Amino acid sequence: MTDSKFANPATTSRTSNKRRWLIWLCLLLGSFVMLLPLAWMILTSLKTFPETLADPPAWIPAHFQWHNYLQAIRGFQFSRYFANSLLVTIGCIAGTLVTASLSAYALVAYKVRGKNIVFGLLLATLMLPAQVTVIPQFRMYVGLHWINTFRPLIVPSWFGCDVFSIFLLRQFFLQIPRDYIEAARIDGASELRILTTVFIPLAKPALLTIAVFTFIGTWNDLWNPLLYLYDEKLYTLPLGLMQFIGIAGTAQGTPWQLVMAIATIMMIPVVIVFFLAQKRFIEGISAAGIKG
Amino acid sequence: MQNALTPTPHPLDAVPPPPAQPLGGGLLDISAPVARRRTWFASESAKFWLMMTPALLGFIIFNVGPMLTSLYLSFTKYDVVSAPKWIGVNNYLYLLRHDPAFWPSVKVTTIYASCSVPLSLAIALLIAMLLNQRMFARNLFRTIFFLPALLPAAASGVVWVWIFDPTRGLLNHILASVGIAGPAWMQSTTWALPALIIMSAWGFGRAMVIFLAGLQEVPRQLYEAAELDGAGAWNRFYHVTIPVISPVLFFNLVIGIIDALKAFDLAFVTSTAAGAGAGGPARATLLYTLNLYQKSFNYFHMGLGAAMAWLLFLAILLLTAINFGLEKRWVHTS
Repeated sequence: MTDSKFANPATTSRTSNKRRWLIWLCLLLGSFVMLLPLAWMILTSLKTFPETLADPPAWIPAHFQWHNYLQAIRGFQFSRYFANSLLVTIGCIAGTLVTASLSAYALVAYKVRGKNIVFGLLLATLMLPAQVTVIPQFRMYVGLHWINTFRPLIVPSWFGCDVFSIFLLRQFFLQIPRDYIEAARIDGASELRILTTVFIPLAKPALLTIAVFTFIGTWNDLWNPLLYLYDEKLYTLPLGLMQFIGIAGTAQGTPWQLVMAIATIMMIPVVIVFFLAQKRFIEGISAAGIKG
Repeated sequence: MQNALTPTPHPLDAVPPPPAQPLGGGLLDISAPVARRRTWFASESAKFWLMMTPALLGFIIFNVGPMLTSLYLSFTKYDVVSAPKWIGVNNYLYLLRHDPAFWPSVKVTTIYASCSVPLSLAIALLIAMLLNQRMFARNLFRTIFFLPALLPAAASGVVWVWIFDPTRGLLNHILASVGIAGPAWMQSTTWALPALIIMSAWGFGRAMVIFLAGLQEVPRQLYEAAELDGAGAWNRFYHVTIPVISPVLFFNLVIGIIDALKAFDLAFVTSTAAGAGAGGPARATLLYTLNLYQKSFNYFHMGLGAAMAWLLFLAILLLTAINFGLEKRWVHTS
């Protein structure tokens, strides 16, 4: 089946065209399977509660219940969870961008003994599972009275804990000719000025990639909020959704149409960000695979 | 041009400015000892270390420090409230010999990793190979196959629970329509783990994108040469594609195994949302990390949790070392 791409252009014939179509149909079928859960999610979110219980279920609801979305948003402390998620996400993106820029610039611009050892040590933390550091971190945050605040979620990103971003940006900075630094220094520019006026504008694509990765990582994060946020008012969307199922599920069966509406809303920002920065995303992941 | 003479002002520069500097002050106005100090602060290495300070502090405060502390805590009885009490290797002995949940969670994780990694990688490679040619709507296909890997596990997890619902779920309705009585999936001790593995395979997109990047490096001439030698599709796949993309395959395998051993979100969300309790029913989806989480943060047996974390870390290091040891046997470096 995978044959057609090997085909010599000179011998491209009707059989190879047929294969091409077969492959295309396979991919179409595969896409359908991939999208089915999402389609089912959206269709369910537009049903009435009795419709979710129907046996056999109808694919298309009799009337689209758009007000499910309003009901979900109101019944669930949606705006609060959404705002919390957004706040944490923005805090992490800002921290990651600032620290990654500083570190990556330092790793590229200076010839200092021990530089590669420092870089190697930072990279080594990528191997360290979060489970190994989590208990002492929790202990530290208890001591600092940071439990039940957003600080455990945001502060580490300001301290370069997202090593992958430093790595990605360093690789990008390395492609910027060193002459630019020398020329700017001769012109009397300070180092921070060189970073902000020369490197950062040139590295916009890489910074965007990092921002997108951080956005998705933080927006989706369940583990850290689960550990550090106990007050419902501070919940981010993933925790809020779990909480909603726990509460709503006890009475008369889970209102799946509302759960699906919330799940849909949670996915929308990710999908939008992905479509806006799709190219960067795929390049970033490919770079990790090829260079890493 | 003043900047060329005066040392670089830096926000992290801790040196206080020289007192009562006259207007237009340059080097001449600075007294000798201060000037010497400022030149050190203007040196390359000073700037390097200053700019690296946040990352290095983070490295020590959030990584190395906690790592060593957790090693220490793994030899103590610790519950956050009272001070840790040294008990030697008792945590490790308890886990290996007496803990009712430890070995079940190891077993669940082993099954999960050894099914979900090959399954995801096989699908990812297959789709990547199908996508690796010019065709109509290629980018759209790539997007569709990749997107699920990015969606929040909490949201996709509840969608899966709904689809796998024993009585009202889409999957069992589809199975029923072809005459198969579907199992209770997330509520069955037998089928919960297979359900979890199927759900996890949906997120193969990341590996697929990396495979695609690797496949683009395969030179066409190699295939043409192989074809001239009369190699069939399978032979070309096995003798051309696999060797050339072996570094990428190796990367995906190493990362896939590590990620599978650390997997938490999907299992936690789905078992909880299915009403079976985290890791349920009856520990059927109790991944190692879920067990660790419950011990540490539900029961606050943090010494045990730390010991489990170190065993996990050792397992990851060991498996990665084995992978790298086997690398030479099958990975071709150009």
